[in-house]
Amino acid sequence: MLLIPCPWCGERDVHEFHCGGEAHITRPAGADTIDDAAWADYLFMRQNPKGLYYERWNHAHGCRKWFHVVRDTVSDQILAVYQMDEAPPDIPGRSS
Amino acid sequence: MRRQRFRLPDGGRVDRAAEVAFSFNGRRYFGHKGDTLASALLANGVHLVGRSFKYHRPRGIFGSGSEEPNALVQLGAGPRTDPNMRATTVELFEGLRATSQNCWPSLRFDLRGINDRFSALLPAGFYYKTFMRPARLWMFYEKHIRKAAGLGRAPDGCDPDRYEQTHAHCDVLVIGAGPAGLAAAQAAGAAGARVILADEQAELGGSLLSEPGRHIQVGDGTPADWLGATLAGLAGMDEVTLLPRTTAFGYYADNFVGLLERVGDHLPGDDGMLRQRLWKVRAKQVILATGAIERSLVFAENDRPGIMLAGAARTYVNRYGVAPGSRTVVFTNNDSAYAAALDMAAAGVGVEAVVDLRNQVEGDWPRLAREAGIPVMQGHTITGTRGRHRVSAVSVMRLNDAGDGVAGDVRQLKCDSVAMSGGWSPAVHLFSQARGALTFDEQEGTFRPGEAMQAVRSVGACDDAARLADCLSAGVEAGRSAALDVGCDGAQIAAPAVGEPALGPMQPAWRAPSDRKGVRMFVDFQNDVTAKDLDLAVREGYHSIEHVKRYTTTGMGTDQGKTGNVNALAIVAQQLGAEIPAVGVTTFRAPYTPVTFGAITGSHVRGLFDPVRRTPMHDWHVEQGAKFEDVGQWKRAWYYPRGEETMRQAVDREVKAARDGVGILDYSTLGKIDIRGPDAAEFLNRVYTNGWKKLGVGRCRYGVMLRDDGMVMDDGVTTRLGENHFLMTTTTGNAASVLSWLEEWLQTEWPDLKVYCTSVTEQYATVSICGPKARDLLAGLAPDMTLDPQNFRHMSMQEGTVAGIAARVLRVSFTGEVGFEINVPSRYGRALWDALIAEGELHGITPYGTEAMHVLRAEKGFFIAGQESDGTVTPLDLGMDWIVNWTKGDFIGRRSLSRSDTVRDDRKQLVGLFTSDPETVLDEGTQIVATVKDKPPMDMIGHVTSSYYSPNLGRSIAMAMIQGGRGRKGETLYAPMPDKVIEVTVTDPIFFDPDGQRLNG
Amino acid sequence: MGSGSMADARSPLAHLDGATVIERDGVRLAENPDAGKVNLRGDAGDAVWLAAIQAAVEIDLPQAPNTSTETPPLSALWLAPDEWMLVCADGSEGDVVASLEGAVAEFHASVVDVTDARTVFRLSGAGARNLLAKGCALDLHPRAFGLGDVAQTMLAKAAVILHQTTDDADEAGPVFDIYVPRSFADYLWSWLTDAIG
Repeated sequence: MLLIPCPWCGERDVHEFHCGGEAHITRPAGADTIDDAAWADYLFMRQNPKGLYYERWNHAHGCRKWFHVVRDTVSDQILAVYQMDEAPPDIPGRSS
Repeated sequence: MRRQRFRLPDGGRVDRAAEVAFSFNGRRYFGHKGDTLASALLANGVHLVGRSFKYHRPRGIFGSGSEEPNALVQLGAGPRTDPNMRATTVELFEGLRATSQNCWPSLRFDLRGINDRFSALLPAGFYYKTFMRPARLWMFYEKHIRKAAGLGRAPDGCDPDRYEQTHAHCDVLVIGAGPAGLAAAQAAGAAGARVILADEQAELGGSLLSEPGRHIQVGDGTPADWLGATLAGLAGMDEVTLLPRTTAFGYYADNFVGLLERVGDHLPGDDGMLRQRLWKVRAKQVILATGAIERSLVFAENDRPGIMLAGAARTYVNRYGVAPGSRTVVFTNNDSAYAAALDMAAAGVGVEAVVDLRNQVEGDWPRLAREAGIPVMQGHTITGTRGRHRVSAVSVMRLNDAGDGVAGDVRQLKCDSVAMSGGWSPAVHLFSQARGALTFDEQEGTFRPGEAMQAVRSVGACDDAARLADCLSAGVEAGRSAALDVGCDGAQIAAPAVGEPALGPMQPAWRAPSDRKGVRMFVDFQNDVTAKDLDLAVREGYHSIEHVKRYTTTGMGTDQGKTGNVNALAIVAQQLGAEIPAVGVTTFRAPYTPVTFGAITGSHVRGLFDPVRRTPMHDWHVEQGAKFEDVGQWKRAWYYPRGEETMRQAVDREVKAARDGVGILDYSTLGKIDIRGPDAAEFLNRVYTNGWKKLGVGRCRYGVMLRDDGMVMDDGVTTRLGENHFLMTTTTGNAASVLSWLEEWLQTEWPDLKVYCTSVTEQYATVSICGPKARDLLAGLAPDMTLDPQNFRHMSMQEGTVAGIAARVLRVSFTGEVGFEINVPSRYGRALWDALIAEGELHGITPYGTEAMHVLRAEKGFFIAGQESDGTVTPLDLGMDWIVNWTKGDFIGRRSLSRSDTVRDDRKQLVGLFTSDPETVLDEGTQIVATVKDKPPMDMIGHVTSSYYSPNLGRSIAMAMIQGGRGRKGETLYAPMPDKVIEVTVTDPIFFDPDGQRLNG
Repeated sequence: MGSGSMADARSPLAHLDGATVIERDGVRLAENPDAGKVNLRGDAGDAVWLAAIQAAVEIDLPQAPNTSTETPPLSALWLAPDEWMLVCADGSEGDVVASLEGAVAEFHASVVDVTDARTVFRLSGAGARNLLAKGCALDLHPRAFGLGDVAQTMLAKAAVILHQTTDDADEAGPVFDIYVPRSFADYLWSWLTDAIG
């Protein structure tokens, strides 16, 4: 059972969290002018990488804060945690 | 004291003063406290304990621990019974009852033993080959095959025992309390670490419990001296927890390890006794000291009762004071079996010979054996065995020069037991579960731990150490370094000096040759898989070990092939002409040994299975005999039957009362969210489809919330309490998810918006009253409030006092009647309810439940999120174009409402349905077709989402989602049912008071 | 909306007819339904706001995650970087709300009375930690969770706030206040009663 490092509460059991899926998906501005394909891309298309994955997690049963996690989907190792307003960090020796 | 024929006159760790009576297959026997069922049976000369799974061959006790493949018994009776219990791990207690499994009519005479005679007809994959065609007949065959196969019986009643679970955290979890584990725990504990030491056996000590110490010295004393001193030391450490009878069964992510503690399994037990405890351990560091499992030798007719592992024989002699027989033959490819031969000889068991597959046998142990007068037959093999229910003789021949065949004369050795050793396999199960890589050790012919993926170390025999000195020093070193890794650097201890004989090299031997062609050599004893079966599988094209495993079922029994898997792997590799590592190793999966459902469930049974959420008025509903409905985890009053009323009668009465007089509903489960901040109105504008900025203070508005894909998510009424302050309500089921949805958008998408959301669902009890007399009722209890329709308009809010309780009253309606929602702090919910019921008596007040609520709203055509909408429905599909404000700017889901898919005109749309027979109530979920065919498939153009009998209309009504439904009004459609076809007419979904006149009544 | 009233207040465990104290095997469990509770949200990075809160109710809000501060009879529990729960004497929540609302009027902040949203189970004694461990995945060893520490977590299948209010060295052993959502009170009480054994 995974431990998720909440940036505020520290490592807690995965059961306390809700995984919000892929991070850094930009919601298109000016929705009226964007075409169907681009909107569908925002709504539905997600990466499913083998390796580094940048995700959003929410400490649902704790402080209720959202944050970012970089997780290796092969080993389930969590390589970095950062705040919602931060840019994704580089993981040394790894390319995303 | 009654005689136990094979109990040695002295020695062993059993309590000889304590006699324990037990029964096996209905016969009474005696053993001693400290025995296992297996050791007690052996003490009474009982070797035959079960029948094999496929051929029903007689099988005996094979091992002495959790590796046991053969000696599976049914323990206990009635509701307190367990199948597939390994006799080798069952502790003896007074009154224990055990029976053999998989035999009929009796163990000694098993009719299905006929399978054995026809074994040539039952090769690997027999069932696949024979019964799979034609496929429809499998259903017929399966029943009979399962009856013939079954291992044990399930209990026939509710489990009378208790189980519990607990979480535990530690710096260092040590699994296995043999010498390496004890040393590790001692070193880590001395350094100041929080340590848990778990071992599956009743006594801590592992191999030391079976070590007589005649040839081994630890420090200045015997191994037993060291064990005693170490256990005493550990017991004195505050932060060390010792868990005997505790199996680490699963190793999961982030050093999360599941332990099963058998708290009461070794006791006779009373109902309600705590039987087992499941530990969920989170360890910073794990030290695996899980030991090694002895491998069997694959030789001709190696499965007769009396043939057991050499290490097990040694354990029975040394630990339990039991002789495995009176004349034994030892068969080995390594030195460890010589220790067994020496111990048996010392205990007075006649050792006919040690048959050793190796040509060179020169080490310390064979020398000691020869000095003790034990004949050593090096370069020999066993080519066959005799004996029906017990081995009676073995044939021995010399190996040829190449070692792949036999030569010379056959010698018969009479014996009543055989102790064999094919070498030792490190118990890498947990290491592998922890996703650690295994490496193959060519020299020892074993898989050993390679690179670890978690904070875990392997020490002792599970890391391929064979000498006690290596186990102790590795244990101390691992315990120390694990403690240092977690910042504990207290006292340091040294491993004791060990004097012990040297071990010579072993020689892997995967299949001992025989002079008889086609003779059976068992690899997997429980599933009756022979070397021949493996050969056949390879010939038939199964080249991956994972496929061979499933085809032959090798390693798939309840023992998971602990003693035979490496042999199977090696035989497959031989057949393929490949190296063992190239063939791979099958995956080790949890659990290491079986875990009861009771332990997995713990205390979450019966009333504690899942939380039951209760409203502040719950007790009243109970007192009134309400029937309850589960809504999420809430218990909500469903309807209140009076006297002998049926559900339909009760609901009809409640529905009528709410329209004719006054009804009262416990609505406390509604989700309620306090929303404040300067951007609160803007925020609502973005999360709801309609506009919120112009809503006046004290006014309420209905809103629908979409996901960004345009699909309806939730709905509810929100009230503006102040310029920057709103109170949102959500549906009961979505209270938590809506709050987290709001938080998600605030935190991730719009962090610039100044809005705070706080759940107040549980802060307020909510009572809804409705009907023509609702206003009069409220007036009687709220003299200080202004209730006339002109000043307290529909969709507005007023604060005041109701029944003396500070209350917030909303004039809203989910029934189409004049309605009031009264909110008070939860502690006063019951007081408010009681006051309304008392005051309502003169108005004929009628409490109604969720069923009547559903009928009332359906009469009005109000949709329910999660019933009409199911995540694929837009507000436009629901005919609610009026709720969408296209001019206010962006909101969640807006763009999606104009996607090519959401504007299709053949989307399912909400309509009403009238059955041609007004008394017929459709089943919810019924599929609707336009054209009926003789049989399915038919084109299904929609489905019924809600369906009730409406007493106010005097007929049934239904809501449905139908393709292009709004264009079909007046059309006749059909609901094909198994026994008939129901004709329906499409109507508007608003069935009652379509102009909404009653709201202003 | 205050809660001053003539009517009978009712605990969520009222149906147990007062059997809301259990003492067994070094553990004491009792319900304390009436403590006042106020949810407070605001910008912890704004010193002026913090000072306004201090001036209004004379307590420094804890800044370190999952800790608490105390100025009797008031204590403040950290719930999130911008959220606290103030716990006050029974019946004083109205005054606390009023004081806070006055203090935060010029700020973006939120003050919500949540007194009735949760009841409090007070668990004490030497066996308290082991009892909690049966349903709580947190490390509750005194080295990891001590006096003043706060956690929002799951206890059995209920989301609770856990707060240790006295030291382990105290005579009665450690005391934990467990804040339980009102609707879960009967469930969690039953679970604890069963777990005590």
